[in-house]
Order: sequence, then C-alpha cells, then structure tokens
Amino acid sequence: MLDTVFFYTFAIITLLGAILTITRRNAVHSAIALIISLCGVAGLFLLQKAEFLFAVQIVLYVGGIMVLFLFVIMLVNLDEAAKLRQFNKQWLLALAAVAAAGAAMFYFLRQGAPALRLAAPAASPSAEGNIETIGKVLFEEYLLPFEVASLLLLAAIVGSVIMAKKRV
Amino acid sequence: MLHPITTTHYLILSAALLLIGTLGVLARRNIVIILMSIELILNAVNINLIAFSRHLGQVTGQIFAIFVITVAVAEAAVGLGILIALFRNKETVLADEVDLLKW
Repeated sequence: MLDTVFFYTFAIITLLGAILTITRRNAVHSAIALIISLCGVAGLFLLQKAEFLFAVQIVLYVGGIMVLFLFVIMLVNLDEAAKLRQFNKQWLLALAAVAAAGAAMFYFLRQGAPALRLAAPAASPSAEGNIETIGKVLFEEYLLPFEVASLLLLAAIVGSVIMAKKRV
Repeated sequence: MLHPITTTHYLILSAALLLIGTLGVLARRNIVIILMSIELILNAVNINLIAFSRHLGQVTGQIFAIFVITVAVAEAAVGLGILIALFRNKETVLADEVDLLKW
C-alpha cells in the first residue's frame, strides 16, 4: 500500500524532471531538472531494495556527473544559444517516431503483462545485506568485467583531458 | 483503488523515460541537453535492470546497472570534453550547425 504511494510519487518526480530537462530553454534549469529526475530514479532503486545502487546513484550521478555538467555549462557560453530556436527542423518527425515507438512498446508491454505480475516479491536472494551480496557477485563472477571497466575509465580520463586541452 | 505495484509498472515507467530521452536526443539543438538526454536513456535502462533483478530475485541486474553507470560516467566525461573542444574551434553548441560531414 505504502509502496504504491511511494512508487507513484517517485515516478511522477522522475517523469516531470525528465520532461522539464528536455523542454527548458536555459541549460542550467535543464541540469537542475535532471538532478531532480535522477533523485526520483534513486528513490525507485530504494523501493526495489537496491540500496547500494541508491547510494551510487546519489553520489555518482547527482554528485559527480551533474557537477561536471554544470561546470561545462559555465565554461561554455550558452547565453546566445538560449536566445535561438531550441528544437531542430525535424522535431515533428522526431515526435512522430517517438510516439510510434511508444505505441509499439506499450502494446507489447500489455501483451506481456500477465507473465510479469509479481505475485510476491521473489524471496530476497539471501539473508545477508544488499551490498555484501553485490560485492561477492561482483568480485567473484564478474571480476574480469570489473577490471575491464577500470581500463575504460582510464581511456575516458585520458581522452577527455586530450579533448579539453588547448594544444595537443 | 490502488493496485499493488508489479514489474510491469516499472517497465512502463522505464519505457516512458526512454522515450522522453529519445525525444530529447532527436529534437533538441543544444549539445549539452542532448548529452543530458542520453543520461536519461541510460537511467531508463537502469530502472529496467533493477526491476528485473528484483523480479527474478537475482543480483546480476544490479551488477549490470553498476557497469551501465560506469559507461555513463565515461561517456559524459568524453562527451563534455568533445563539447569544449568543439566550442573552442567553432564557437557553437548547436548540433545542427556542426555539419561539416553533411552533403
């Protein structure tokens, strides 16, 4: 019962934030709307008993990525762009394509809904906490992808520094 | 009146978020907002992964969500670096003004 209320609250926060993100003229307003939307998603993670991802979402997305976005918005002069047209010429076509994709998705979700009804939440994986479980699976089964991710991050660091440098 | 929340609810929410993000990528001109829309799309994917992780009672979905977040961080950093380089060279942040490769 309380779950239902929380779900709809977080869902509305997420979707409203997302709609504001793509419709605001000022990029700083967009970024703040995106922060609100990401906080809504974090709430949904908590509702789904993914406590570790809730923390990661807040710390990494809201604290890391969004600060990066705000810094870049302030580095790049967006005042002139804010005065111009905000949507490109094909926006009507884009809207039609998105609406068609949405219709297809909702049709298939309706078809598959009976199979996905969650009678009782599947028994929690084990008695230990969420973070402990994730740690065990991540460092036992997914150790190689974890290490490869560090390589990806190294490449991203070097790449972004080279991109943003004045002279290579 | 209030039905209990099923996995389908989460899937519908995730689909809606994905569509909003796609619309942002396709229709906006400002590159900063296009990058933010990509973040929205990746969050929709994460909601989906978490919902199925709960549905199946496995933690694998959450592991994949961690990897998705890692890739999102890398993508945002490189994307914003490219944006700064672009702004330095062309003085624009509008995606449809960068049409050097367009016929």
